[in-house]
Amino acid sequence: MSVVTVQLGQCGNQIGFEVFDALYTDSHCPQGLCSKRENEAYQASCKERFFSEEENGVPIARAILVDMEPKVTSQTLSKAAQSGRWKYGQHSCFCQKQGSGNNWAYGYSVHGPRHEESIMNLIQKEVEKCDSLSGFFIIMSMAGGTGSGLGAFVTQNLQDQYSNSLKMNHIIWPYRTGEVIVQNYNSILTLSHLYRSSDALLVHENDALHKICAKLMNIKQISFSDINQVLAHQLGSVFQPTYSVEGSCHYRRNPLGDLMENLVPHPEFKMLGIRNIPQMSENSLAYSTFTWAGLLKYLRQMLISNSKMEEGIDWHVQPPLSRLPTLGKASLNRELQFNTSIANLVILRGKDVHSADLGGFKDPALYTSWLKPINAFNVWKTQRAFRKYEKSAALVSNSQFLLKPLDTIVGKAWNMFASKAYIHQYTKFGLEEEDFLDSFTLLEQVVASYCNL
Amino acid sequence: MTQSVVVQVGQCGNQIGCCFWDLALREHAAVNQKGIYDEALSSFFRNVDTRVVGDGGSISKGKICTLKARAVLIDMEEGVVNEILQGPLRDVFDSKQLITDISGSGNNWAVGHKVFGNLYQEQILEKLRKSAEHCDCLQCFFIIHSMGGGTGSGLGTFLLKMLKDEFPEVYRFVTSVYPSGEDDVITSPYNSILAMKELNEHADCVLPIDNQSLFDIISKIDLMVNSGKLGTTIKPKSLVTSSAGAVKKRHQKPFDAMNNIVANLLLNLTSSARFEGSLNMDLNEISMNLVPFPQLHYLVSSLTPLYTLADVNIPTRRLDQMFSDAFSKDHQLIRADPKHSLYLACALMVRGNVQVSDLRRNIERLKPSLQFVSWNQEGWKTSLCSVPPVGHSHSLLALANNTCVKPTFMELRERFMRLYKKKAHLHHYLQIEGMEESCFMEALSSLSGLIEEYNQLDATKSMPVEDFPRLSVAM
Repeated sequence: MSVVTVQLGQCGNQIGFEVFDALYTDSHCPQGLCSKRENEAYQASCKERFFSEEENGVPIARAILVDMEPKVTSQTLSKAAQSGRWKYGQHSCFCQKQGSGNNWAYGYSVHGPRHEESIMNLIQKEVEKCDSLSGFFIIMSMAGGTGSGLGAFVTQNLQDQYSNSLKMNHIIWPYRTGEVIVQNYNSILTLSHLYRSSDALLVHENDALHKICAKLMNIKQISFSDINQVLAHQLGSVFQPTYSVEGSCHYRRNPLGDLMENLVPHPEFKMLGIRNIPQMSENSLAYSTFTWAGLLKYLRQMLISNSKMEEGIDWHVQPPLSRLPTLGKASLNRELQFNTSIANLVILRGKDVHSADLGGFKDPALYTSWLKPINAFNVWKTQRAFRKYEKSAALVSNSQFLLKPLDTIVGKAWNMFASKAYIHQYTKFGLEEEDFLDSFTLLEQVVASYCNL
Repeated sequence: MTQSVVVQVGQCGNQIGCCFWDLALREHAAVNQKGIYDEALSSFFRNVDTRVVGDGGSISKGKICTLKARAVLIDMEEGVVNEILQGPLRDVFDSKQLITDISGSGNNWAVGHKVFGNLYQEQILEKLRKSAEHCDCLQCFFIIHSMGGGTGSGLGTFLLKMLKDEFPEVYRFVTSVYPSGEDDVITSPYNSILAMKELNEHADCVLPIDNQSLFDIISKIDLMVNSGKLGTTIKPKSLVTSSAGAVKKRHQKPFDAMNNIVANLLLNLTSSARFEGSLNMDLNEISMNLVPFPQLHYLVSSLTPLYTLADVNIPTRRLDQMFSDAFSKDHQLIRADPKHSLYLACALMVRGNVQVSDLRRNIERLKPSLQFVSWNQEGWKTSLCSVPPVGHSHSLLALANNTCVKPTFMELRERFMRLYKKKAHLHHYLQIEGMEESCFMEALSSLSGLIEEYNQLDATKSMPVEDFPRLSVAM
């Protein structure tokens, strides 16, 4: 089954390019560490999911590019075409002349309705190219105007028009110290709307990716390109094919469906995060060897201490001995050390993958009380190595990991809202104070729900 | 991509405008090696086949034929515009986009606004409409003028209201040169205050500039160049200070060098909209991020670096120095003290080989010494444009919405009151039809209202930052 990707805004398009590039590069990586037949099955599966084919054999990404101003999309299209390896469809791009000005209301209320037909038509064309549709993967940032506002609008439309297909929104959480001054407004408006219309929100935080670049990849002058490449690596390690059943050699057909089934048991809890291990520069990779036991030990601790990378982990954090109900909001003020999970999915790729012991993840103490580990925890495997990493493990988790950042954003947006700063910029384009209040209410609910796990 | 139209009004406006067009051409020439008319060029220039008579000459793609500035030049005296039309830029301007008169406004806002406003209203509207028609997607009007005189101040603000009515969806960015204390025009306080009311009500964004700051910057550069302090790494002729001619002598009033700084400001402001980068910033984002309340739209600008460094591979230390300089008073285009006042919002527009980690590092470093308003403690707007300005490897334009503009406005009000109390020169204004004392009173009250808003924000400066109680949700 295929995934149709919608890349929105500057961020969405810059990331989208890196993701397809990573998927392609990995699927054509010569060091798969598996048999030729296995490798071919992997490639075919990856292709079915993410690429369609042109007559001359050049793979075309199953994606549409949307932006309200032309600079980024034209760059993205030409970058892909120049690579000579894969490209975007000739008519897969929709752009306008004037951007959304970092204004969620402009993206949602002006650009959305104005270009609804054109954008949905483009999506329809891409869907028709698929034999069978797994769902939509929408890449967008929260801080700007197009990704956030138009992204929320498009997702809503997808819910109406393709009610049987799944939608996963890939959201970029902005730097805490700001890229856009009204980013907190744009974020709460985006999150509240997506919570109603999306099936899952896969979140990447710029701050976390930045730290990985600095500490693990040892990059001195970090660019957005570096950050996007780390992100693409993480996404690739999740979305590339894995075996459908323990011990089989057939690859899963429905990546989005399987992800949702394993990770989103309840619609109140939709926020997913990715952790990946090991992650390092290619130079260091040549000199490193790992055991599954070691990797999984670190990964487990990264989960429970809410660490985003394998360096600087707090090993003192341990699961609570008894699962007493927490005290609601009051507990948020306490140092929220232990990260309670709702559901976890571990994806293992590489050598001796069947010998890996995942007992540590099946401990009921890791999970909230209303789900048994047998339902809350899943593992996917493949012997085919990912991008020169002899062994690599990814963890997709639905846990409290975003609770603090979400609470912070809601708090800051609330302070700004109480002062009425910048509100006139939004009401100018049809948003009312009521709409803001609705968003706040919904998100406070989400915060409370995650807090009470 | 979008287009912008520059409307230059009065002597000051046209002289600055002229420098701007010269610099814009040079910048695009440096970037656009193939001579193809691209979208970046189209933001400020039309491509015209001058052999075609009438309006049919516009060419939208392909090789550059003749570039025409998207500009409207207005002056009520002929001297300055004539000089431009005889100078090296004469072919850049469309002769149909000029409006001139002979008599001038006599440094009288009322003459500029009421007399010439009425007289030339139709013509101005026609020229503006024409220039808008030539745009595929017009995003912004840049108005350049001075506050202290008659034409720029009076007629310049008259057309602001026209632009708002006629093109409500197009942004109005105004670059205003404010009179310094030693200004030689006696009535400049009257003209400025009357103009301020219009700016308050009809501008989206105002970039106040004062001549003294520009002069100080030029003096500092001259000092550094002539003292040989920086050795052979400094090129005296940088795009920042020199136009086609040589560097001016210090004892002359170096208006050209000063005007070039303002021209650079406009170029850097629009660079991220014209050229590519990893984090673009369009003009509509400036207003969105830096104007939290409609009236508070006055932005303090500072530019670095101000002289060219010959060494292209700048070590990190130098890069960080650039950020520090942007927050030093020496690099500001208006005399103000943002570090000791309250920031409402701040934007950093970077050009050249600077990456997000450099931005983050410097924001973290500089933040502790700056005071931000309680509801925007971490509010920074940032942009990264890959194309550096000519002659530099990187540059930074910082725009701050800061209460430090308050003293400037208060001083202006002081000078106004000193004149008004004695009714000095008032008859020159009141004898103009449509002018009454109430005009002055309204203008004064508008300014006082603005100052009061800044006062209220300043009052929150020393208060501890408290969070507003959040919504509580029933589970």
